[in-house]
Amino acid sequence: MALDRHDVELSVNGVSYRRGAESRTLLSDFLRHDLLLAGTHVGCEHGVCGACTVLLDGAPVRSCLMFAVQANGHELSTVEGLATPAGELHPVQQAMHDHHGLQCGYCTPGILMTMTAFLKENTQPSEDEVREALSGNLCRCTGYQNIVDAMLAAAQAMRAARP
Amino acid sequence: MKTRFFGAPVKRNEDRKLLTGQGLFIDDVELPGMLHVAFLRSQVAHARIKKIDASRALKRPGVVAVYTADDLGAYWQPGPLLVPPPPIAGIVFNARTQVPLAREKVRHVGEPLAVIVAESRYIAEDALDDIDVDLEILPAVVDIEKGLDAVAPRVHDDLGSNVAAHVRQTKGDYRNAAATADLILKRRFRYEHGISSPIETRGVVAQWNARGSQMTIWDTTQAPVFVRNGLAAMLGLGEQQVRVIAPFVGGGFGPKIMMFYPEEVALPWISMQLNRPVKWIEDRLEHFFATTHERGQIHDAEIAVARDGRILGIKDVFLHDTGAYDPYGLTVPINSQCTLFGPYVVPAYDSTFTAVFTNLPIVTPYRGAGRQHGVFVMERLLDLAAHELKIDPAEIRRRNLIPSGAFPYKNEIIFQDFQPLEYDSGNYEPVLDKALEAIGYADFLKHEQPELRAQGRHVGIGVACYVEGTGIGPYEGAKVQVQANGKVNVATGIGTQGQGHFTSFAQIVADQLGVDVTEVDIVTGDTDRFYWGAGTFASRGAVVAGNAVNEASRVVRQKALKLAGDLFECSEDDLVLEGGKVSIVGIPEKFIRLGELAQRANPMRGAVKPGTEPGLESTQYFGPPSGATANGVHAMIVELDPQTFDLKILKYVVVHDCGTVINPMILAGQIHGGVAQGIGNAFYEKLSFDDQGQLLNASLADYLLPTALEVPRMELDHTTTPSPLNPLGIKGAGEAGAIPVGPLFAQAIEDALDLKHQKVELLEIPLSPSRLFELTRSARVP
Repeated sequence: MALDRHDVELSVNGVSYRRGAESRTLLSDFLRHDLLLAGTHVGCEHGVCGACTVLLDGAPVRSCLMFAVQANGHELSTVEGLATPAGELHPVQQAMHDHHGLQCGYCTPGILMTMTAFLKENTQPSEDEVREALSGNLCRCTGYQNIVDAMLAAAQAMRAARP
Repeated sequence: MKTRFFGAPVKRNEDRKLLTGQGLFIDDVELPGMLHVAFLRSQVAHARIKKIDASRALKRPGVVAVYTADDLGAYWQPGPLLVPPPPIAGIVFNARTQVPLAREKVRHVGEPLAVIVAESRYIAEDALDDIDVDLEILPAVVDIEKGLDAVAPRVHDDLGSNVAAHVRQTKGDYRNAAATADLILKRRFRYEHGISSPIETRGVVAQWNARGSQMTIWDTTQAPVFVRNGLAAMLGLGEQQVRVIAPFVGGGFGPKIMMFYPEEVALPWISMQLNRPVKWIEDRLEHFFATTHERGQIHDAEIAVARDGRILGIKDVFLHDTGAYDPYGLTVPINSQCTLFGPYVVPAYDSTFTAVFTNLPIVTPYRGAGRQHGVFVMERLLDLAAHELKIDPAEIRRRNLIPSGAFPYKNEIIFQDFQPLEYDSGNYEPVLDKALEAIGYADFLKHEQPELRAQGRHVGIGVACYVEGTGIGPYEGAKVQVQANGKVNVATGIGTQGQGHFTSFAQIVADQLGVDVTEVDIVTGDTDRFYWGAGTFASRGAVVAGNAVNEASRVVRQKALKLAGDLFECSEDDLVLEGGKVSIVGIPEKFIRLGELAQRANPMRGAVKPGTEPGLESTQYFGPPSGATANGVHAMIVELDPQTFDLKILKYVVVHDCGTVINPMILAGQIHGGVAQGIGNAFYEKLSFDDQGQLLNASLADYLLPTALEVPRMELDHTTTPSPLNPLGIKGAGEAGAIPVGPLFAQAIEDALDLKHQKVELLEIPLSPSRLFELTRSARVP
C-alpha cells in the first residue's frame, strides 16, 4: 500500500494544495477528508444523485466518479468558494434562500455547482431548460419547484447585474 | 401579543450555513485517531450460520479489530420493542426485534454478520472479503400470502407460523349495513410503498472518553433522546454520561427514527473496547437493505353503498408485510386501518389485518406510514361505486363527507397513539370545492377533455381526498433563554431533518418576546442541551414542540414584563415588549433592553425574593390529549401516450387544511416534497425482489427517484380549521403531500386511457409504463 502513493497538486477555490493520495482515493473523499472541504456531499457514490458535483476547470463533474489523482494539476471549484470572502452570497445561493429552494440542504451543494455552471452557459433559460439541467441532481425534500423558481430568478438577477 | 412573524413566509435562519457548505452533517465529524467501520452483511435472505472465520481479516495491515455476535458477549441482545401493541381486544402480537449482529440465523439480505474496524474505510471494506462465512441457505419467505402456508419456511423458528400480528377492529355492524345495501363491490388491492432514500444515508460516530467516562454519539437519528436513554442502559452508563447529537440530518422521512439499528448499537461499544473514536457511514447499496422500508399490503375489501352513493359500510381484510422483525410494532398497519375512513361518514366498518414476517428488510414508517395503503383502498372503492352507480367521482365524495357540524367526529377504533380515533376539527366541503375549482373540474369534463380527445389526445382527471392523523403525543419540551447579549436561545429535544424548525420555532419566540426572527437561535437534537423529548415523527414537530416553545416563550415574556414593571415601578399593563426592549407605553425613550433585563435577573450581589428563579428563562412541556386531524384534496390532469404509456402531468392541485399555519413558505415546501415522493411511489419507485429475497434494483440508477422532469409545478391552496387540541391551533403537515397520490394516479390514468370501457381496473400501486402495458395487454388482444 505504501508504494501506491501519488502526489496530487491542485487548486480548490483558488487555493493551492499538495497532498499524497492512493491511486484509488476518490476525489470526493480527497476533498472532504484530506482537504477538509466537507461542503461537497456524497449521496450515492455511483454518479446518479449529483450531490458531489464540483467544477473541474469550470465544468461540472461528479467527484465520486473521479479519482483524486485525475484532478492533479486542475482547478476545482466547490460550494465553499461561491460566496465572496466577505460573505456575500452568490446570486444562485441568494435565490435559493429567497425561494426556499432547500430543506435538509444535503443535495444543495451539488445543485449549486451544477446550476452555476449551467447559468453561465445559458443566461436566459426557459423553465424547461432549467428542469433539464437540474434533472441530473436528485433532491428528496423539495419537489424541485422552488429550486426551479430560484434558478429562473438567479438568471434574471445575474442578467440585471451585468453591465 | 402582536403577531408579526407567526403566519408569515419568513425566510429560513438555517439557510446560510447550508448554502455555504458550513452545516455539520454526520460524515463531516472528524476526530483525531478516528477509526472506520464496515459491516459484513448477509448476501442471502435466509440461512443458518455455521461458521464465521475472521482470522484472515485480522492479518490485513490496517485492520484493528473484527467482531462477530459471539464477541459482543452479554452486550448482544435484541433491540427494544419501540411501540408496544395498542390495547385492542383479542390482539395477537409476536414481538421479534432485530439483533446487533446475526447469530445462528440471518433473516434478510443485508443483515450484519460481522463488523470490521480499520484505519480507513477503504481498508475496512477490503477486509470484508477476508472473512470466511459458512452458511446453510434456507428457502426464503418473500410473498406474504405464501408465507402463511402451513408448509412455508419459518422466519422465526420458535414461532408456530409467520404471523407477526392479527388485529380486528370494528365500528357499527357491517353485516347489517351490507344487508341493506343497494350495491356491494369487492376487489383485491395491492399497495406497495418503497424506500425513503434520503440523499444523505445513515451514519454513526461514537467517541468514548475514558478519562471523563463520557460517551458522545453523533447519529443521523430523528429521536436523539430515546437513542441516548436506550444506549446508556445497554452500555451500563447513566443517561448523564451519554450525549447524543443529531447534527444537520440530510432527510429523514421516517426510517431514521427506527432504533436501534445494529450500527447504532455496535459503534459506541466498539469505541469503548478500543478507546478510540469510530465512524460508520452507510453507503447507498447498504441503504437499500440496512435501512428500513415500508413496502406492501394486500387488501380484500368491499364497500356497501346505497343507490345515492352513500357509504353504508366497509369490510376489509388485509395482509401486511412486516419484514424479518417488527420493532416498530403495529404503527404502519394500524395507520392503514384507521386512515382508510378518510374524510367520509362510514357508519359500519369491519377491518382485520394479519402482519406477516418475511425474509425481507424490516418495515417501519416512511412518510405516510401506512396511511397511503388505506387511502388507496377507500378512494378506489369510491371510484368503482361511482362508476357502477353512474355518479360523478367528485360528487360521490362530496355526498359522503363528514358534515362540518359533526366535529369532534368519533371513529371509535384505536389509533396509533392508543386513543380512540377522533377527528378534532374539520370543514371538508370547502376544501373539495376549492380543489375542483382550481383544477377546473367541470370545464375539463365538459369542454377540454372532449376537445383534446377529438384531437386524439389521451387526457384524464383525478380527485382524491384524505385525512392525516398528526401531532400525536406523548410530549415535547423547550427551554427558552434570553442571553445577556439580547439573543434568545431555544433548545428542544426533537431532531430536525430539513423541516425548517430553526425558523418556524424562532417565529413563535420572536412574536412572544418582541425580537427579530434572526435574533433567535434554535438548538435541536443535542441531548446535552435539552434532556427530555420523544422525536420528530408522525407530523408532530411543529404541533408538539412548537406549542412547548410557545409556552416557554410566554413564561419568559411574563418574567421580562414583571422585572421591567418592578424596575420602572409601573403596572405590566403599561409596558410594551418590542424591538428587543421593554418600554413604557407612550414613552418610548423609557426602555430597558431584554439582554440587560436578563443580566438583572441574575444579580451578582444582594438578596432576591424567596422563590425567585435566576435568569430570563423557562422550560415548559406540551403534550396533546390526542392527535390533530388534517385533511386535504389533490386533483390532477394527466396525459398518457397510449403506445409507450409515458405520462405527463398537465396540472396538479393541492388544497390542504392543517389548522393554523406558522410559515406558509415552509408549509408549501413540505407539500411539494411530499407530492414528489407520492409521485415516485405511484409511478416510478418499485422495490423488485426475486423469489429468493434478493433486491434486483438496489442502486439509484435502477430504483428511480423522481427528478425535476417528473415532478410538475403544483398549485397550492389552503383552508384553516384550527385544532382545538393545542393553544396555537396547529395540525401537522409533514406527510400530507405524499398520502393520496396513488389513488389519484390510478383514477386519472383510468380516465385518460378510458380503461373502464376496456374493463381494466387499476387496483395496485406502484404503476409504471411497463405495468400499464401488461395490464392493458389482455384488453388489447382480441
